Amino acid sequence: MLQGWIQIALTLLIVVAITPFFGRYMARVFVGQRTIFDSVLNPLERTFFLLSGVRAREEMTGWQYARAVLYSNLAMLVFIYLIFMFQGVLPFNPTGLSAPSWDLALHTAISFVTNTNQQHYSGETTYSYFSQFAALGFMMFTSAATGIAVAIAFIRGLTGKPLGNFYVDLTQAITRILLPISIVGAMILMAAGVPETLAGPAIVPTLENPGISQAIARGPVAHYEIIKELGENGGGFFGINSAHPFENPNGFTNLVEIVALLSVPTSLIYTFGLFANNRKQAWLIYSMVMIIFVGFIVITAIGEYDGNPAVNTLLGNQQPNLEGKEVRFGWAQSALFAVSTTATMCGAVNALHDSFMPNGGFVTLSNMFLQIVWGGQGTGTAYLFAYLILAVFVTGLMVGRTPEFLGRKIEKREVVLASFLILLVHPIAILIPTALTLTIPGVSGITNPGFHGLSQVVYEYASAAANNGSGFEGLDDGTLWWNLSASFSLLAGRYIPIVALLLLADSMSRKQPVPATAGTLRTDTGLFTGVTAGVILILGALTFFPVLALGPVAEAFQIVKGIG
Amino acid sequence: MKTRNESSTSSRPIRLPGRRRGDRSHTPKADRKGLYQRAIRESFVKLTPRIAVRNPVMFVVWLGTIVTLLVTINPNLFGSVQADIGQQRLLNGIITLILFFTILFANFAEAVAEGRGKAQADALRSTRSDTVARKLSPDGSVQDISSTKLRRGDQVKVIAGDMVPADGDVIQGIGSVDESAITGESAPVLKQPGTDIASSVTGGTRLLSDELIVRITSDPGQGFIDRMISLVEGAERSKTPNEIALTVLLAVLTQVFLIVVATTPSVSGYIAGFLDGVAGATTGNNLRTGTSIAILIALLVALIPTTIGGLLSAIGIAGMDRVAQFNVIATSGRAVEACGDVNTLVLDKTGTITLGNRLADEFIPVNGHSVPEVADICLAASVFDETPEGRSIVQLAQKLGAKFDLDGQPAEGIEFSARTRMSGTDLDSKEYRKGAVDAIKGFVRSRGGQVPTTLDEAYERVSRLGGTPLAVCQGNEIYGVIYLKDIVKTGLRERFDQLRRMGVKTIMLTGDNRITASVIAQEAGVDDFIAEATPEDKINVIRSEQAQGKLVAMTGDGTNDAPALAQANVGVAMNSGTQAAKEAANMVDLDSDPTKLIDLVTIGKQLLITRGALTTFSVANDIAKYFAIIPTIFAAAGIGALNIMGLKSAQSAIVSALIYNALIIPVLIPLALRGVQFRPLTADQLLQRNMLIYGLGGIIAPFIAIKAIDLILPLS
Repeated sequence: MLQGWIQIALTLLIVVAITPFFGRYMARVFVGQRTIFDSVLNPLERTFFLLSGVRAREEMTGWQYARAVLYSNLAMLVFIYLIFMFQGVLPFNPTGLSAPSWDLALHTAISFVTNTNQQHYSGETTYSYFSQFAALGFMMFTSAATGIAVAIAFIRGLTGKPLGNFYVDLTQAITRILLPISIVGAMILMAAGVPETLAGPAIVPTLENPGISQAIARGPVAHYEIIKELGENGGGFFGINSAHPFENPNGFTNLVEIVALLSVPTSLIYTFGLFANNRKQAWLIYSMVMIIFVGFIVITAIGEYDGNPAVNTLLGNQQPNLEGKEVRFGWAQSALFAVSTTATMCGAVNALHDSFMPNGGFVTLSNMFLQIVWGGQGTGTAYLFAYLILAVFVTGLMVGRTPEFLGRKIEKREVVLASFLILLVHPIAILIPTALTLTIPGVSGITNPGFHGLSQVVYEYASAAANNGSGFEGLDDGTLWWNLSASFSLLAGRYIPIVALLLLADSMSRKQPVPATAGTLRTDTGLFTGVTAGVILILGALTFFPVLALGPVAEAFQIVKGIG
Repeated sequence: MKTRNESSTSSRPIRLPGRRRGDRSHTPKADRKGLYQRAIRESFVKLTPRIAVRNPVMFVVWLGTIVTLLVTINPNLFGSVQADIGQQRLLNGIITLILFFTILFANFAEAVAEGRGKAQADALRSTRSDTVARKLSPDGSVQDISSTKLRRGDQVKVIAGDMVPADGDVIQGIGSVDESAITGESAPVLKQPGTDIASSVTGGTRLLSDELIVRITSDPGQGFIDRMISLVEGAERSKTPNEIALTVLLAVLTQVFLIVVATTPSVSGYIAGFLDGVAGATTGNNLRTGTSIAILIALLVALIPTTIGGLLSAIGIAGMDRVAQFNVIATSGRAVEACGDVNTLVLDKTGTITLGNRLADEFIPVNGHSVPEVADICLAASVFDETPEGRSIVQLAQKLGAKFDLDGQPAEGIEFSARTRMSGTDLDSKEYRKGAVDAIKGFVRSRGGQVPTTLDEAYERVSRLGGTPLAVCQGNEIYGVIYLKDIVKTGLRERFDQLRRMGVKTIMLTGDNRITASVIAQEAGVDDFIAEATPEDKINVIRSEQAQGKLVAMTGDGTNDAPALAQANVGVAMNSGTQAAKEAANMVDLDSDPTKLIDLVTIGKQLLITRGALTTFSVANDIAKYFAIIPTIFAAAGIGALNIMGLKSAQSAIVSALIYNALIIPVLIPLALRGVQFRPLTADQLLQRNMLIYGLGGIIAPFIAIKAIDLILPLS
């Protein structure tokens, strides 16, 4: 048991240790300070901007920035959809795969353009190598970079600076952050045993009967794997994702992957602190999220360590719950991975979330409902500050002044945008399709009816709306209904908040800052951080109290009582 | 010397912020008889859909009540109910009744607040009955018309005993006016043309003597009293920026919970279908009964922020009413709210920080004279001086034993003039003079005398003490210097300290020289001062503060204050001030007490705090309501253990939560009307305190209350 907790603690220590360095580096990139890549990349970028007609020095307003995000994402969506539909005639298709159904291709395209990577398919049997690296691999960089760009624009606006230029931010997020780390990371993974090849599946005779041969899927995995984690993408090269021994062969690669998927959203909070020139504020928020995060890990890990009482009774002693887990990771690393991947909206999995004890179901769902326990690539950090704005508004009146955040007054427009994006989008994108799925006969595809089945459905929409992408699995989701309804949640959960965030940042940046006095509500205090945590839990979590009660909570009681 | 009534400012005890003025006996007496009966009647009138729809949160309750009423009449209206029809009907009926009372309570809160405003307005309006005005035609003839037909620019003749028909400026005649109807001050005020302040008259006041020709400055319905009436009545109350933002948040929360509750039946229906299979149809049906339409509406009403939604408008109206009770007319709720946000107060020294009158404190002999000698001369120079300063010099001289005997000789008082800047007495051939040091120096030189070197030392000493030096002489001989001391109002220092703790900066403006100003500034405890200030300095200091993003409040009364009053975020004009000043300001103080600005800051803050506290309380309540209702209505799903309050049954839990939800509104009405108690603390301390009371209290209180109601209820 101790070993498991030490594994978890060490991983988190590494994450905390790299936060200030990575956070500072990202701040340098987006403030425009010198980085080590300048001599190589500057001329390259200049040429690129010249060719594409991007006026790099031009500042965008919130609406212009949002339009740039929407247009570029739409263009990329069409581009990869076409690749999928024509993969049969395109190169790098050693297994001769033909085009998938239109709705699956659409869902996949939307899912990858929104940085979600929800997969209603198994990669090795559905998409060709070309689709995997040219379409999906391409989106893994651009969709992640879109998230970072939005977060940076949001942080700039909040701290009273112009929002910047989307195309420049997008490019720099890729060239200065995602690409360099991915190249190094891919090499480390390759060294640790992850394959990287364009050769088709290996045909080998089986050990038991040399007369029968077996096809072992492989491919250009290593480079795909690192950006999958670093960019909070989560779409596996293989159907079973990071549980596959070629994606995640051992404890070391598992550590690298967890650190990679936590690094950007954690460090971006520190980047905010540098932009706002208030590192105390950053560390306080960081601590708040870390406390919730650790709490969630503990809840999940205890559930897995204690195991299933029904099974334990049969075994006659207490054993960790290892159903659906890779033995090489065990209960601790599986629990840590599950909490981290749902907290950060990465969505990669190294164990079957469906097989977790109800504790795990409760935590992974709560992560996606809240969206701010680190949260998605870039957007999670922005949500966190939108929550802070909301907390300032709800409680800030109690100090007898119009509420202010970072010296800027929070008025009707800000409340409309923040409350809409934080409070309303998620219930619309999760609860309404859940209710429809459960009501319309024959569409749910639930394989495990009851409380667990409810969790499966809610999880799928929560994963789509929060742009997480992980699946509870066990759900028959490759249908027209699921592809289309999940696409709705994906789009609503991605673009409505992005537009709202950018407009919010825009209106904050245009405000005349008010100097802080003794009468100003300070947001960088322990007290206010606690207040924020309360607001997050009451406004963010209570919304989903009924489905949590009938899903994982009821399931937990069911297991304890042994009914059903 | 301005005609402002100085004694009223000096005798009034300095109030602590947040404490209501006990003695407002001179305010127009608001008739509050029958207030509650009227409010009860009004709460039913407000059930009209047209009025109800104005409050989105309560309108949801309104619609919900209609639905629960329908399912009370026919429980099977929206699909057949599995439970006993009679029992279901009873529960639906109880829910309907509680929801109905929830709306009534919210309406009542608003009606009481409006009623109190109306009472105030009626009292004002009684001063404002139509009068017959004697309109002067251009040809000089007088024409009797109704005062409501007067237009701006008309000239009217007012004769002793007449009511002044509308706001205006005196252009001819001198007369004393009884302004007690609006200011409460019983002493009549002298009105005459030309002078800045004494020339403005207010409609509804009564001329006591003589005749005045008045040029009307406002169209009917546009006068100050009209504005005040419409504001305190709440009729023209437009929502303030913070209120609008809060309404938006409440509307969003309502929509969120609408979605939550609307999606619940399909989720619970799915689970019920599952339970039918594994645990028998009874269990499944129990879950279906638990989520019948009336119960879902009850859940919705419990979750949406009805507490703050029901009290929000009452808080706003009560805030305006509190300002009116302070005898201040605010032209908009926005201005009241802005008071809470003020960062900087710009205050005139004279009349605001110091008493208007300086008093003689010491005689400083120069040129080898003794104190008694100087006292004699001072007394002689001041016997005809009727100003407060003059009288204080006489008093001090007599205390020092000085005597002045006229002995029947002809004596003549020399009045002060702005040109000579001195006054005095001519007795026989002796000329006694006192005045500004420079003026006396010139006078002595003109009489062939010498200016002693010790005079400048005395002058500087007095300046350093923050006083005003006056030199005294007889003929060509300078005897000494009178130290006129500025008296800082008592208690101001503490109040400025409180303001500083609240993060409000105070800037004093004075015409005094730097040395004097700095001494007074230090004594009063203001943060900054501007000496030798001109009216332009006033507007400049406001602009420079605003350039830093600060909100500035100031008071003023003269015409040359008008631009600064308009520039300031909160400009409070004195009622004794000119029309121009009153037009430019967004508040008018009927008592003409500049110190009130500090109270207004407190009222503004109190208004915002009350709103925030009740919002926090309302939202925090949701935890307990969730924990009361969800585990009990979903008990069939096996989550009964979450019923941590141990409530008896789903029915009892729902009814208890709803009763709590309804009763908390009338319980909080007094708080909404009175405002949360305000203490001058820093923002952090305030947050901590209010979070503890309304945040933590809002989480805990409903747990206790709902459990208590559940214990009392005879429901099983």
